[in-house]
Amino acid sequence: MLNRQLLMHRLMTKWLLAAALAAASLTPSGYARAASQTLLNVSYDPTRELYQEYSAAFAKYWKAKTGTQVTINQSNGGSGKQARAVIDGLDADVVTLGLAYDIDAIADKAKLLPEDWQKRLPDDSSPYTSTIVLLVRAGNPKSIHDWNDLVKPGISVITPNPKTSGGARWNFLAAWGYELRKSGGDEHKARNFVATLYRNVPVLDSGARGSTTTFVERGIGDVLIAWENEALMALKEFGTGKFEIVVPSVSVLAEPPVAWLDRNTARHQTTDLAKAYLQYLYSPEGQEIIAHNFYRPRSKEVAAKYAKVFPELPLFTVDQQFGGWRSAQKKFFDDGGVFDQIYQPVK
Amino acid sequence: MAARRPDVPRATADPPAVRRALIAIALTFLALFLFIPLIAVFAEALGKGVGQYFAAITSSESLAAIRLTLMTAAIAVPLNVSFGLTAAWAIARFEFPGKQLLITVIDLPFSVSPVIAGMLFVLLLGIRTPIGGWLDDHNVRIIFAEPGIVLATIFVTFPFAARELIPIMQSVGSEEEQAAIVLGASGWQSFLRVTIPNVKWGLLYGMVLCNSRAMGEFGAVSVVSGHIRGHTNTMPLYVEILYNDYQFAAAFAVSSLLTMLAVATLVAKYFLERRVAPQVRLAAENQDVMEAAA
Repeated sequence: MLNRQLLMHRLMTKWLLAAALAAASLTPSGYARAASQTLLNVSYDPTRELYQEYSAAFAKYWKAKTGTQVTINQSNGGSGKQARAVIDGLDADVVTLGLAYDIDAIADKAKLLPEDWQKRLPDDSSPYTSTIVLLVRAGNPKSIHDWNDLVKPGISVITPNPKTSGGARWNFLAAWGYELRKSGGDEHKARNFVATLYRNVPVLDSGARGSTTTFVERGIGDVLIAWENEALMALKEFGTGKFEIVVPSVSVLAEPPVAWLDRNTARHQTTDLAKAYLQYLYSPEGQEIIAHNFYRPRSKEVAAKYAKVFPELPLFTVDQQFGGWRSAQKKFFDDGGVFDQIYQPVK
Repeated sequence: MAARRPDVPRATADPPAVRRALIAIALTFLALFLFIPLIAVFAEALGKGVGQYFAAITSSESLAAIRLTLMTAAIAVPLNVSFGLTAAWAIARFEFPGKQLLITVIDLPFSVSPVIAGMLFVLLLGIRTPIGGWLDDHNVRIIFAEPGIVLATIFVTFPFAARELIPIMQSVGSEEEQAAIVLGASGWQSFLRVTIPNVKWGLLYGMVLCNSRAMGEFGAVSVVSGHIRGHTNTMPLYVEILYNDYQFAAAFAVSSLLTMLAVATLVAKYFLERRVAPQVRLAAENQDVMEAAA
């Protein structure tokens, strides 16, 4: 009995010692900033691969230019969810989100950057664009060719939740815009069209990547409404033999914006670094990485080089069709808005 | 000479066919829901070869996730164990108003959904709340940083040690401690030499359960994490990220580590349970003997 007791004592002491050591080796992340610079990029869901590649390239460029070692940390999630986290205190230096309204919300609610942030960088602070396309299973078994095929009975459509995902809001507006233009501006028809479409949606994931894995890996649904970059990425990852992209007759020009958050960068003393990080997106090398990761580059030269990847199609903008993101958000996606009125979960 | 009675089915035994069928059903269930998925985890993890497997679990982001998970458990488990000891001591040894309430409240984290637990911390410490604003002014980061993850983990693992210790301490009683004091032991000596040895198996059992939950928790830490790669991802969160990054072999490789932890926990649980039960029984017998003597 005594022996066992002794053993227990030793065991406990050892364990507590290990715990104390582990706790002591923990250094608060804040102290690391002084030695080499650190930047946190809070981004939306499908940019995982883009910013991993871009950040590595930028770190190299910055080291060559200034001699400073820079580490860029990255967080990905549904665009609206990420904006929410930044508003609640996620300590981002730059945000690269799915749509302008999510950065507006950060400016409005948390005052981390000025309201006119979108004018600070070229092209309305959107260094790349994309659009919304349809991804179907190989051979297109349900013969889906355009938006109006998505409202047919028995078609199962996968798209994320517009409350949390940026891509989902672009998807919604693309479908709405298609019907609105087809019916010559009949709001009522557009509303019915989109309501019917959402009745075909069995599951709403919180972000675009979640929807892609639902469609691609869990094998749910006949068609995925997706960012063009996300659809091209899925083809690259899973091979062209399993899925194909259907380019609709018309879609929306998606302009995912970027911004630095003045209040946070001032505190971290990273304002210059954050600006440089975003400006470099517009450089030839930045644009090349963008195109290579299936986002449409702004640069004409790079775009010409990748013309085969990105098909031409008529694109309308949110400003033209809906009078900007603030009014679109208010009308369609805020609490009690059109989406809340038309969406009923599939029983 | 007793005549052999014909075989009549006895009321206390089910026919062999029923028994076999029940065992077969139970085993099929186990195989379908436990063994096959477990094997699948390792098969997927090793699908791209052993080299890839080790590359995946030794990448800097994996190591960061493992480190954070271990650190979180190393803080949460001792804290919850000392809380559990204190609470069990108070509940087993003293009568005080609100005792029943305390017992109920200890169980609260079991009845609250982990996601809600995470939300509680965001609502309490988010930058736009008074506390969060004050912390921000003083440059203290709690949520969307490591301390938030530790806090959320402590919250969800709160009841484990206390739940195990309360019944043991109650059944052990305080006679041995009183004897120790009478024989001249100090309070601290009686605690270390009498109380702790009396409850040690239950204590260890509580630690094992607490530890496995601390390392495996997903919902609560997901809400407060901020998902910064290489910084605020615990192993379960990192598995989700890898999966969404289309890095399936790596996702399953990290999962396999968590699976091994689960298996180790099960083994530890099995052996500890065999120790805990006699301890309680023995204590109860001792008490009877003592009461008889008195």
